[in-house]
Amino acid sequence: MNFLEKMMNIDRRWIYLLVGICVLVPLIRPVGLPTSITPYTRALFDYVDKIPADGPAVLISFDFDPSTSPELQPMAQSILRHCFAKDINVMCLGLMPTYIGMIDIALSNVKDEYGAVSGEDFVFLPYVPGVTAVMLSMGESIKNTFIRDYYGVLIDSLPMMQHIRNYDDIAIVVSISGSAMPQSWAVLVGTTYHVRVGVGTTAVSAAEYYSWLQTGQFVGMLGGLKGAAEYENLIESKGYTIEGFRKVATKGMDAQSFVHILMIVLIIIGNIAFFSLRKRSRQI
Amino acid sequence: MSLSPWIWFAALLTLCTFSFLWRDNPFYKFAEHLFVGVSVGYTITILYWNAFLPRVWEPIVINHQFYVLLPTILGILSFAIFFKKISWLIRYPIAFLMGAACGISVPRSFQGYIFRHMQGTITAISPGQSNLLLISNIIMVIGVIATLLYFYFSIEHKGFIGKVANVGIWYIMLAFGAGFGYTVMARVSLLIGRLQFLLHDWLGVID
Repeated sequence: MNFLEKMMNIDRRWIYLLVGICVLVPLIRPVGLPTSITPYTRALFDYVDKIPADGPAVLISFDFDPSTSPELQPMAQSILRHCFAKDINVMCLGLMPTYIGMIDIALSNVKDEYGAVSGEDFVFLPYVPGVTAVMLSMGESIKNTFIRDYYGVLIDSLPMMQHIRNYDDIAIVVSISGSAMPQSWAVLVGTTYHVRVGVGTTAVSAAEYYSWLQTGQFVGMLGGLKGAAEYENLIESKGYTIEGFRKVATKGMDAQSFVHILMIVLIIIGNIAFFSLRKRSRQI
Repeated sequence: MSLSPWIWFAALLTLCTFSFLWRDNPFYKFAEHLFVGVSVGYTITILYWNAFLPRVWEPIVINHQFYVLLPTILGILSFAIFFKKISWLIRYPIAFLMGAACGISVPRSFQGYIFRHMQGTITAISPGQSNLLLISNIIMVIGVIATLLYFYFSIEHKGFIGKVANVGIWYIMLAFGAGFGYTVMARVSLLIGRLQFLLHDWLGVID
């Protein structure tokens, strides 16, 4: 069996090992490859950046669970940091039971850095069943939809909620999602209540959202770990982070680039092997 | 190295899950079953405290808002599927959900999924944009027409139509390629996240 035949029958565990090495080495010895800012990340950043302090709120919909958190949690935390640094009111929403835990983790990691207080700087909305019903009901009245916040305090009594009634008082809905939830936000809420929608999504879903950006249904998009890294760099460059800010997504981008190079090499080798062997079999 | 027992537990479960890369084994099975059990338990707890108590128990039992009984009964009928004799009762909650969902989503879906995207395609080749963007948009519009034609099966794909449909196939292949590239990025991100947890949170060997 020659080299090409071996390549066609390679044990997949060798590929796992190579991928593992390509991820491990840059994590331990970072190279610091540059990450350029894409226009869609810049658009979302600029939109949030222009919201006045203590004006209309940013509604961050945590539409993901632990299975996609390595990509999406850094995005959510970066947007939270951006808002807290600029005194922008934030509402955190989880439309599925497992999404609630992600809000809890993100707020725990970020709020103390900026001294953000529940009810004054942010509101943690509880889980209420019925995704579509909740989205539409918030358009009528947020207080009647949730009644109490996650901590059991009446929403009516929260200082931040005194001037926030429904989507009229929300500057943007940012759906951080590993599913089709951003489309639901754009179609159900964007279309009905004319509220702007931004999206932070897993890389898997990013490709299908470009058309939504082109139509203007999404203000901007953070696509995968790279989008998260871009937002981290943007908030850091504007001085919205505290000293010792750990750029989780940016640290992973070296490994990301290494694995992509490995994938390209493997695809090229695989194609050469496939076409060479096919040519040889035809000649026989 | 972390001294938190929870970090250690999470790290060991991560290693148990990674062991599947070698082959299926009891450690992986343990982690898998534990994950399913914990997920269900967590969901039930959240539903009980955030849905059942404030949305059903409090309104009916404490506040005597008996109109809440109607949706509650409709919800309970969903469990009829577990009893053969009355399993037909599940049709009522399903019918309600289907009706409501269609009513809510049909007009908005036309607006959001079809009209806005048609509008975006039609207005893409409008004057007043840079040459580069115009070329990009022309390529996009050709792609939309060619791909739509590929999925139009009422005309035989031969001659001019066949050639345009072939262009559509190329566009579809390019979309698959872009999707695959993004998928690699997504999957690798998950691995990076877990290795960062192991190296930073657990072992403390990286910043």
